[in-house]
Amino acid sequence: MFRYYVKLGLFSIRKNPILSALMVAAIAVGIGACMTIINVDYVMSGNPIPHKSDVLYHVQLDSWDPNDAYQDPDLPPEQVTYLDGTALLEAGQARRQVLSFKSSRIVEPQGEDERPFQVISRSTSADFFPMFDTPFVYGGGWDKSADDNEENVVVINREINERLFGGENSVGRTLVMNDMPYRVSGVMDIWEPLPKFYDVNNGPFEDVEEVFLPLSVSIAGEHGSSGNTSCWNAREGGREAFLNSECIWLQFWVELHGASERQEYMSFLSAYVETQKELGRFPRPMNNRLNNVMEWMEYEEVVAEDVNVLLGLAYMFLIVCLLNTIGLLLAKVARRTGDISLRRALGASRQAIFSQYIIEAGVIGAAGGLLGVGTTWLGLQGIKALYGEFEFIARLVAMDWVVILAAIGLAILSALAAALYPTWRACSVHPASQLKAL
Amino acid sequence: MELGPIWRALMRNKTSYVLIALQIAVTMAIMVNAVNIIQERSQQMARPTGVDEANIFYLSSVVFDPDADFEVQIAADLDAIRNFPGVHNAILSNSVPLHGGGWSEGLRLEPDPTLDATGSAIFFTDEHGIDTFGIDLIAGRNFEPGEVTWYDFDAGDWPAITIVTAAMAEEMFPDLALDDVLGKTMYIHDTKPIQIIGITERMQAAWSGWSGVERSMLIPSMRGSSGARYVIRAEPGYRDEIMPQIEEMLASSGADRIIRNMRTMEEARARSYLEDSSMVTILTFIVIVLTAITGLGIVGLASFSVARRTKQIGTRRALGATRPAILRYFMLENFVISTVGVTGGAIIAIGINMWMVDAFGLQRIAWYLIPAAMVTLWLVGQLAVYGPARRATMVSPALATRSV
Repeated sequence: MFRYYVKLGLFSIRKNPILSALMVAAIAVGIGACMTIINVDYVMSGNPIPHKSDVLYHVQLDSWDPNDAYQDPDLPPEQVTYLDGTALLEAGQARRQVLSFKSSRIVEPQGEDERPFQVISRSTSADFFPMFDTPFVYGGGWDKSADDNEENVVVINREINERLFGGENSVGRTLVMNDMPYRVSGVMDIWEPLPKFYDVNNGPFEDVEEVFLPLSVSIAGEHGSSGNTSCWNAREGGREAFLNSECIWLQFWVELHGASERQEYMSFLSAYVETQKELGRFPRPMNNRLNNVMEWMEYEEVVAEDVNVLLGLAYMFLIVCLLNTIGLLLAKVARRTGDISLRRALGASRQAIFSQYIIEAGVIGAAGGLLGVGTTWLGLQGIKALYGEFEFIARLVAMDWVVILAAIGLAILSALAAALYPTWRACSVHPASQLKAL
Repeated sequence: MELGPIWRALMRNKTSYVLIALQIAVTMAIMVNAVNIIQERSQQMARPTGVDEANIFYLSSVVFDPDADFEVQIAADLDAIRNFPGVHNAILSNSVPLHGGGWSEGLRLEPDPTLDATGSAIFFTDEHGIDTFGIDLIAGRNFEPGEVTWYDFDAGDWPAITIVTAAMAEEMFPDLALDDVLGKTMYIHDTKPIQIIGITERMQAAWSGWSGVERSMLIPSMRGSSGARYVIRAEPGYRDEIMPQIEEMLASSGADRIIRNMRTMEEARARSYLEDSSMVTILTFIVIVLTAITGLGIVGLASFSVARRTKQIGTRRALGATRPAILRYFMLENFVISTVGVTGGAIIAIGINMWMVDAFGLQRIAWYLIPAAMVTLWLVGQLAVYGPARRATMVSPALATRSV
């Protein structure tokens, strides 16, 4: 009987084209609005590194001002100082650890035709690449000895490789940045973690840096940070004083597998802070934090508040569309009371009537859902047009199969929910009541 | 007025009318809160920065010759730019209002680090700063050329004088008149004294979303480094013409450098408020579509309602009711439903707004939004029902006696 009812459903749509069109359109628009925002929310709150997100931890220590928390109510700084970062890096108490900061370099292509250009760089210790599982086209990162010896090595991305080396395997070749030659140790493949979880200090959706070089080389070369630098206490001038100060400007992540490793590392952090307190630092109470990737994304409130506001409004919008649908379905049922009572007089049970009309509603829902995929796509294009300035938006508005299926599913579910009351009314039609007038 | 019969007729057959009323209620709740947010964002975006936005542009010059003398280079650049035809004035600065990135410091009234500090944006500039930004000095004086020094990174000392915005002066010295704030000393970096020698009317900080965006300070210090930001104020009407010319002049000046991120103040403002302006657009779209859907829903249900009652209408007409009377009946019926709807809508709207104020820190609804939304929805309802109501008047009285 299912196919028969589907046929009846399609037939009834054709018989009442305007009413049905209104219903389908209302559902499609409601679904479009909802799914557009849900898509943005879904991508923004997505897991950028699902296979490792619960073993990578962001470290926070509270080295801040005794008179004023870094962030109310009592949150520790979001970055670490050079003193603490290097000490923790040296201690090597986690399975892996990485200390890094964002900077910029000027690439000087050799050869007269190409002009120098600026790139965003990341100065990092060696573990960055294995920890974050960065994909490589050629070669790879460097090892700890390169860090220790301040070797001038560099990892470049595909674009730079295309631009300077014609896309070939450039491992071992030389790249000059700010008048210093660097040996290419690897070419990183396209890597676009959404959000750029390892450093959200200037916004969670920045592009990944274009080149990577050893932290030790940057420190020795006095490369400045392009990220945020915050200091709470007065200090003397000069480079040495800055490196030994309480200014925070580096990001420190560790890799820990399992609860026991995590616990051991927390104990190690406590012990470290205790020794620093004895030296007169860390005036605030102990407040060490280890947040894994998703916890850190939540802590940093990566999903914009506007998205949450719009999400609430979109759900209410869907409710309006559903109320619309209920009303129109009621109208449809009322028109067909003659039909229903005839079927009932011929022996159809209440359940049969119920099935018939629920399935009809499902057909309308499916039609609305299919159209809704189209309106969702339109909505996402609209978002892209509005936010065109920010290129990362193109990734936020990409629809994948999950979203498409969710749109259709939501449409059918909503139509079925909307149909419950009208269908129940349909079942209550008395078999004899309408037959008199026929 | 047939309110009695209308109401009793409604009560007997409530469902579809309850639905319309509910729809109107939720639509109103969304409409009121959306318009509230639109108003709030629009007010934010309308705030002036205080600088000459129409004529200012800025660019970054990154020198990569490691042996270059930055101070000499910057001085030469500024000289060349200031003398360029079409340029009013130019400075070296670390930041620009609404740029998105900049410097801030905490200031106190006493050299006591245990006291709370007030945050202010810091702009490093020379004596040309006020003229280049186009801000108005309302008290005190500008920097003298001799008071402007090149920052010594190793010594790390800080100038002892500053020019602040009126908002900063009021925040630090709320009980004093502006003229009395002149000459007062604040403390920066815990213990370094810094004296206020001038007060400007307004200059916003680099971060449009910051609660302290009106608090800025000008510091007479030139920070020479490989990356220099030049802020240039063009003579009125010359900006677009000279922008590429200045870029060309600097790029081909013989120094090893790159010129990048050249932007007008207007672009900086647009980027800074992009999220807010997009939100306004999205919400406006939602309100319009929502009203259309509700309107169409009313049209649909009203048509159906009329179609169901042809016999009743025919009977009334046969008994002597005029066409306008029938029209009035349906318009009034819709008015009653809409009234129930907007009353419910007002309550839901206020409820939602209170929750949003709590959850998102939104502003409360302006009092006139509720009546305005009520009137709008009444009108939409009446417009929507007019078509079906007119069709109702066309029903022939003869239908009264037909049995089909």
